[in-house]
Amino acid sequence: MINVVIAELRKLRRPTLLLSTLLTVGLLSGLFTSLVFLRVGAKGGNGKRGEAITAAELSHATGFLYGFKLVGTFLGLVALCVFASQTAQEYTYGTLRNLLVRQPARMKVLAGKFISMKIFAAAMVIFAGTITISLSYALAGHAKVSTSLWSSGAAMHLLAQATLNIFIQTLSFGLFGMILGLLFRSPISAIAVGVIWTLILETILGAVISSTSKWLPGANFSNIGEGGSLLVSYKHSLAVTLCYLLLGSLIVSVLFKRRDVAN
Amino acid sequence: MDTPPDSTIAISTSGLTKIYGDRAALSDATFTVPAGTICGFVGPNGSGKTTTIRMLLGLISPTSGSAYVLGEKISQPENYLPRVGAMIEGPAFYPALSGAENLKVLANLGGFPISRVTELLEKVGLGERGQSKYKTYSLGMKQRLGIAAALLPNPDLLILDEPTNGLDPSGIHEVRELIRSLARSGTTVFVSSHLLSELEMICESLVMLREGKVIFTGLTQELLKAQTPLIVAIPEYAVDLAKLVGIVTAAGFTSKVVAERLEISAPVDWSATLNRLAFEAGITLSAISKVLPSLEDTFFEMTGDAQ
Repeated sequence: MINVVIAELRKLRRPTLLLSTLLTVGLLSGLFTSLVFLRVGAKGGNGKRGEAITAAELSHATGFLYGFKLVGTFLGLVALCVFASQTAQEYTYGTLRNLLVRQPARMKVLAGKFISMKIFAAAMVIFAGTITISLSYALAGHAKVSTSLWSSGAAMHLLAQATLNIFIQTLSFGLFGMILGLLFRSPISAIAVGVIWTLILETILGAVISSTSKWLPGANFSNIGEGGSLLVSYKHSLAVTLCYLLLGSLIVSVLFKRRDVAN
Repeated sequence: MDTPPDSTIAISTSGLTKIYGDRAALSDATFTVPAGTICGFVGPNGSGKTTTIRMLLGLISPTSGSAYVLGEKISQPENYLPRVGAMIEGPAFYPALSGAENLKVLANLGGFPISRVTELLEKVGLGERGQSKYKTYSLGMKQRLGIAAALLPNPDLLILDEPTNGLDPSGIHEVRELIRSLARSGTTVFVSSHLLSELEMICESLVMLREGKVIFTGLTQELLKAQTPLIVAIPEYAVDLAKLVGIVTAAGFTSKVVAERLEISAPVDWSATLNRLAFEAGITLSAISKVLPSLEDTFFEMTGDAQ
């Protein structure tokens, strides 16, 4: 198994993928954190969906986590794209046959791929956390926000909790992408379906029939990252996510194990 | 075939069949590949060569029949694949990785020492381009990288699907020499190609496929013996060709006119008689020669394909 993980990490660390992902994550992290702090008191709000976050709120122990939480959903989308393309490209490049000749245990290949992408996702979350928190400190003075509570024990506990939740959220989106990659066997199709579903269809469905949000995968993945909401509890989202991902993983694992590699 | 073959057989199949929908990609294929030899796998495009190779490598499962590779059932590829090197249907690598990185991915995956990568890149003539991205490689370089990847496990059995595609004449010669040297060191090489003359030069045995069926399996020499040598006669004047055909037919042999020459299916020692009969009929032959059958001629003769 460790051999598969090392081999997969070799592919994930290629500069074109690693640097472009870090650049995207860095830019998004910088953008969202800057918007939160530089638009304090602005008319259109400075939070998610026009929510106004005041300097007083930012001075709480959770203040330095607003940017991190805002970028969470986008980390999920980045993970969806990376996981989907890394899985589906094995079919389009025809490299799957090489992998399976060198490692015939197909479940090991699949598990190794997932573990390596988990490491990649963890690195992405830590990077985003570092950027957003550093920038929060840098911009706190400009927004007249006090940072005294940000280093308290409670703040550290909240940081650990937020990091774990954003990691689970990112991983859920990533696994969703991996499932789509294995189903469609084409990076473009898998990414298109994943992004359209998450960003467009779920939004429309949620707007038309609000009760569906409680059961839609993307909405629940995002809710985990936010630590739950007043409408949908954290535990509910975790359970729904688990059901979706377990079912999806089971289906694609059976397909991957049994399907002929004919391309 | 429920008992595994002895160690003198590298590959053996019995009634191996693969059906897709209502089409049989491979039908009831039974053949053996002796260990330590170079065996050619010949057939027109779509005849089932790659399907067979994929089944031998555990990539697709047979509809029926059985096969053993290095004494192990193909349903348990993990038992024999660590000793098998393969290049299937041309090279396939990650375009954004260098040649060396691509090989390292496979070396990691198979648990082979990374030090083999440099050694193999040198062996296939890619030593200086190992750090270049795969997407910058020419077709010949990609093919060489594919061969290097197949050699990673230092294999007991090497399966190569069209290994000379895209190579220039010197590259083809190098691959041929590489295959020969591997066979000399005891590696069994199972090589498919549509270049029949290529296989005739290097293979001791052959498996020939047509429309998913094995039409010949045995020694190359046996195949060559199966074909009657031809006498090729060229009259001084092309107008005499028809008269020459009449002479051959009257003698009880068959012939066909190819360009401005006559190919006659007759014993080679009938050449002198032909020369005399042509002279008596007032025909001067500008050339009369014996043509040894090539594997290609034999193949087309057996498969009925027009050249």
